[in-house]
Amino acid sequence: MKELSLHIIDIAQNSIRADAKEVQLTIVENMLENRLIITIEDNGRGMNKETLEKVLDPFYTSRTTRKVGLGLSLFRQAALGCDGDFSVTSEENKFTVVKAEFKYDHIDRVPLGNMPDTIATMIMSFGDTRLIYRHTINAETFTFDTKEIKEVLGEEVPLVSTEVVQWIREYIQEGLEEIMEV
Amino acid sequence: MAKTLKELEEIRKQKLEEINLRKGRDGYRVVVGMATCGIAAGARPVMLKMMEEVEAMGIQGVTVEQTGCIGACRLEPIVEVYDPEGNKTTYIKMDEDKAAEVVEKHLRDNQVVEEYIVTMIDGKVIDPVEK
Repeated sequence: MKELSLHIIDIAQNSIRADAKEVQLTIVENMLENRLIITIEDNGRGMNKETLEKVLDPFYTSRTTRKVGLGLSLFRQAALGCDGDFSVTSEENKFTVVKAEFKYDHIDRVPLGNMPDTIATMIMSFGDTRLIYRHTINAETFTFDTKEIKEVLGEEVPLVSTEVVQWIREYIQEGLEEIMEV
Repeated sequence: MAKTLKELEEIRKQKLEEINLRKGRDGYRVVVGMATCGIAAGARPVMLKMMEEVEAMGIQGVTVEQTGCIGACRLEPIVEVYDPEGNKTTYIKMDEDKAAEVVEKHLRDNQVVEEYIVTMIDGKVIDPVEK
């Protein structure tokens, strides 16, 4: 993938397919310690130990339409190729946590990419699932929560209306610019 | 921050009016393949570009959705357009420019953009770039 954020869109789909009611995306850019950490945590149906062992195998997938599933394998490869770390932890019917760590200034680390567009794209596929996005750059954190947006919009206006999605993209863009300036 | 929740409240009011006006009238449904293959091939900017253009041109009743792997990864990004009667047009190897053109010609003017749709001959897909 050309951007790390594209992995996030991809991996979050697993949470949706696992019927998660809530997904928490946490990004920490810590230049002082030279680390970039991406965590995707959901409260979906999780996996048992057996499945968890197979999940990083590219020739394992829970889908029945074909025999490969590359999402997690590609994300893992990206992290391990950048002096990083990668883990998937899960408990059946409780949670799944995917955590990818990168050496921030590693020459092979692709850019995080366009986060406003990434969040907008995620929301488009999330349905009623709540997304909480926390992005920390050094000491500053920006938080975005679809629950707050839904409270303003009420029942009738969908989160995925073109105008709302546009507003969300700009809102996140501004929020991130603010924490970058500090 | 310049972007405020108040602004969002305004969008909500506008939308509510639109929803009332539109009741019972369906428009096009756009479905974008957004699995590992689609994402890697550039589906995110394609989908967002289509939404931007729909809004910019003020086309009413269009819904944009995502789906998983459509099964022809080499042809991604794939965009399927369903008309209100349920007829499907499949656009393949999309990019932002093509997406804007499809919104203008297909979603606004109801003209299928033939050069970007998938062509099948004897059950085989013909590459639109080579045809």
